[in-house]
Amino acid sequence: MIVRILDVIIAGLLLGGIYALIAVGLSLQYGVARVLNISHGEFIMLGAFVTWGLYEGFGVNPLVSLVICGPIVLIIGFLLYRTVFTRLRKSSESLAVFEGRSMLAAFGLLFIIQNSALLVWGASIRGYAYLNFSVNFGGAVFAANRLVTLFFAVVIGLVFYLFLVHTRMGKAIRAAAQDPAAAGLMGVNISRVLALCFGFGALMAGFAGSLMSMCYTIQPTMGLEYTVVALIVVVLGGLGSIPGSFIGGFLLGLIGSIVSYWQPGLSLIAYYVLFVVLLLVKPTGIMGK
Amino acid sequence: MNILRTTSKKPLLRGLFFLVLVLLTSSPLYVPPYTVILLTSIFMYIVITMSWAMFSGPTGYISLAPAAFFGVGIYTAAVLGTVLPLPVVICMGGLASFCLALPIGALTLRLKGIYFVMFTFGLVELIKRLLLWLEINITHTRGRLVIGVDYNTVYYVMLGIFVVTLLTAYSIRRSKYGLALQSIGEDEEAAAHTGIHITGLKTIVFAISSVFIGATGAIMATRWTYIDPFIAFNPLFSFMPVLMAIFGGMGRLYGPILGAAIFTYLEEVLITRFPYHYMLIFGIILVAVIVYLPDGLVGWAQKWHKGDGADQHANPCP
Repeated sequence: MIVRILDVIIAGLLLGGIYALIAVGLSLQYGVARVLNISHGEFIMLGAFVTWGLYEGFGVNPLVSLVICGPIVLIIGFLLYRTVFTRLRKSSESLAVFEGRSMLAAFGLLFIIQNSALLVWGASIRGYAYLNFSVNFGGAVFAANRLVTLFFAVVIGLVFYLFLVHTRMGKAIRAAAQDPAAAGLMGVNISRVLALCFGFGALMAGFAGSLMSMCYTIQPTMGLEYTVVALIVVVLGGLGSIPGSFIGGFLLGLIGSIVSYWQPGLSLIAYYVLFVVLLLVKPTGIMGK
Repeated sequence: MNILRTTSKKPLLRGLFFLVLVLLTSSPLYVPPYTVILLTSIFMYIVITMSWAMFSGPTGYISLAPAAFFGVGIYTAAVLGTVLPLPVVICMGGLASFCLALPIGALTLRLKGIYFVMFTFGLVELIKRLLLWLEINITHTRGRLVIGVDYNTVYYVMLGIFVVTLLTAYSIRRSKYGLALQSIGEDEEAAAHTGIHITGLKTIVFAISSVFIGATGAIMATRWTYIDPFIAFNPLFSFMPVLMAIFGGMGRLYGPILGAAIFTYLEEVLITRFPYHYMLIFGIILVAVIVYLPDGLVGWAQKWHKGDGADQHANPCP
C-alpha cells in the first residue's frame, strides 16, 4: 500500500515538474507582458519537435538540445512581441482592449505555428527512446528519463527565480510587472523588457517541450491541451506569481496522478472541475493578492 | 440635418432589406447548388457571429464559448435526429445551448473579464474530453452518424434562423436592455449604481445569444453526416466569430454580418485554391486583421469620412 502511495506521489511530482515549467512561462507572458498567450502550447510543440528532429537526424543528445532549442524559441518570442504585440499595445486605447486583441493575435499565431509544423513534420505521432531504463525508488519503479525531466524542470525553475530576484534585468522585469508606467519613468526600457518577458515565456515552453519529448509521444496538434493545463495552473497559483505557478504545477501534477490512478482519461476533467471551483471560491489563486 | 437624413433613409433601408430577403428566399430556384451551399455556410457564420456580438459587442466580455454551444447543437441533432422531426430537433438544439449557457453565465459572469475568457476557452476543451470519455466508456463508440437532409432544406432553415437572429439582435439593441448592456461595457460599477441588475442581465442575454448558435449547430450537423467530439467541439468555431465580428466592426448591426460574409467567402476561396496551406494563410490573415484593422471595416469606414454621420450613434465597443 505504501509503495502504491509512493508510486502515485512520485508520478505526480514528475508530471508536476513539466506543468510548473509551462505555467511559469504563461505566467510571465500574462503577468508581465499582458498577453494571454493561447499559442503557448505551440512553443512547447516546437521545442519538442526540434529536439526530436535533432535526435533522429543528427543523434544530438536531447539534453544538449535544450541549449539549442532554448535560444531559438527565445528569439522567436522576442521578435514576435517586437513586431506584433508592441504594435497592438500602441494602437489599443486601454489595457483591457490590448488583452483582448493580443489574445486573438496569439490565436492567429497558434494557427501559423501549428500548420507550419504540420507542413514540415506531417501529422503522425512521433517519439524516440532516450534513457529508457527503469529506476527503483523505494519499491516504486520509474523510467530514468522522467527523473531527469523532473530534475531539469526544477533546476530551470530555480535558476530563473534567482535570475528574477538577483539580477538587474530580473528587477526590471519585476518592476514592469508591478507598474509598467512607473518602471518606465525609472529608466527601464519597457518595450524591451516586455518583449524579453514574452521571449522568456516562450523559452520556458521550449524547455518544457524538449524535456517532454524524452518521455511522451509528440504530434503537431498537441499544443492546445498543454495551453489549457497551463491556464489552469496559472489561475491555481495566482495570475502573475512565479512561485505560485511552481506550487500550482506540482499540486496539479499530484491531482492528475491521483485521478489517473483511479480512472485514467479523467485527469483533464478533474483539473477543470478544480478550475471551476477555484474561480468561484478564490479566483486570485494560492499566491494571489 | 443628420436626423432628417436618417429618418428619410429608413423606409428605403427597410425596402432594400425586404428585396434582399426575397432574392435570398427565391435563390435556390435559379442559382446552382454550389452557390446555395456556399450561402448556407455564409449564413451559418453570420448567425454565430451576430449571436456572439449580441452579448460580447456591447459588454466587452470576450466569450470563447460559441464552439461549446455549436457542439451541443450538433450532438443534439445526432442524438435526437433519428427520433424527432427536424424542426423539433432544431428547437431542442437551441434549448440545450440555453440550458448550458444559463448556469455558465450565472457562475462566471461575476468574474473579471480575463477569467471569463479563460473559463470559456477551457470549457470547450472540457466538454470535448468529457464527451469522448463518455462515448468510449459508455457507448463504446467514438463518433456518431447524423441523418442527412436535402441541401435546400438546410438553406431555408439557416435563412430562417438568420432572420430570427437579426430581429432579436435589432430589438435587444433598440430596447432599454441594449442600453443597459452598453453601460455595463463602459463602466460596470456605474451601471450597477444606476439600478441595473448586472449579473442577471448579462446572464440572460448570454443565454439568449447562445440559442441561435445551438440551433445552427443542430441544422448544420446534418451536412456532415459523421461527427465525433473533435469535429463538433472545434475551437475554431469559438475564434472565427470573434475574428469576423472584429473584422466587420461591432459598432453597427451590419458590421458582424459584413465580416462574416466576407470571411466565409475568403475561406471558401482559400480552401479551393490552396487546400494544403489554407489554414496557415488563414492564421496570417487573422494576425494581419488584428494588427492593421483593429476597429474593423465599420471603424475604418467611419474614420474615412469623419464627422459625416460617424457620431450619430455611440460606438459601443472600442
